[in-house]
Amino acid sequence: MIALSDYLIFGAILFVISMAGIFLNRKNVIVLLMAIELLLLAVNTNLVAFSHFHNDVTGQIFVFFILTVAAAEAAIGLAIIVLVFRKRKSINVDDLGTLKG
Amino acid sequence: MTFELFIFYLLAAIASISGVMMITIKDPVKAALWLVLAFIATAGVWITAQAEFLGLVLILVYVGAVMVLFLFVVMMLDINLAILKEGFTQYLPIGTMVVLAISAMMYLVLGPERFGLEATGAPVVHSADYSNTKAIGIQLYTFHVYAFILAAVLLLIGIVAAIALTLRRRPTTEVRYQNIDKQVKTQASERLKMIKMTPVIEEPIKPKEEEEK
Repeated sequence: MIALSDYLIFGAILFVISMAGIFLNRKNVIVLLMAIELLLLAVNTNLVAFSHFHNDVTGQIFVFFILTVAAAEAAIGLAIIVLVFRKRKSINVDDLGTLKG
Repeated sequence: MTFELFIFYLLAAIASISGVMMITIKDPVKAALWLVLAFIATAGVWITAQAEFLGLVLILVYVGAVMVLFLFVVMMLDINLAILKEGFTQYLPIGTMVVLAISAMMYLVLGPERFGLEATGAPVVHSADYSNTKAIGIQLYTFHVYAFILAAVLLLIGIVAAIALTLRRRPTTEVRYQNIDKQVKTQASERLKMIKMTPVIEEPIKPKEEEEK
């Protein structure tokens, strides 16, 4: 029988892996977006596990909405990347400092 | 170790390894493919937690749509890989340290003594004719129906935003466009013009032999 802690630790491992990805690939916007997708996947795994162990389907509905939002976010994020690449010919984060933020 | 546990550990190991490969590999196309493998393995993990509908939705929506979009964008852009990997080794030590610290903390909080089987109790195991999709659907279309409609509106906004951002009209000096209004409204008289002109009659050329005689 799989314990709840197994699912939670699996989610935590995915979470720290994607966090390391954000640390290590801070130049490449596409890999940053992919790391964010993996982060959302880790959170969704936790929600699914709690939904399973509490025998309550609401957690899975939450995952459903997170998937919707993540899909919209990925679509708009990639559209912005295409736009930036068309203007700057680069997706390096360091080249995108026009606003001096 | 039961068969269920073996499947869980196998899928979890595949997902974790492909996650590590995704963040360390150089080529963004290969990174996207490793992320696809991580998604598929995680979908399997969700199915072991009796979330069959979401597991299949993850494969269909994420692997089928979102990751294909990623691959499409990655392959379309002409990226200089050497510059993008600069600083990888520079951030590696601090990244590893932070990751190890956070995973140790998470293990202490989420470890087996708090969320083990003894602490939480065994989950309810549904029978074979239990429909996860039906349970989600009943909840989704009754209690959460407004959120569901809002999610649909959100996706519509996503479509509009993505199209509006990437649509562009290139200047007419580069490309020539069709003017459809003008094409539809055109009359037969604009297309065909009758001109009166005097006929030009060419005289037949005499054969050379007759000229010589």
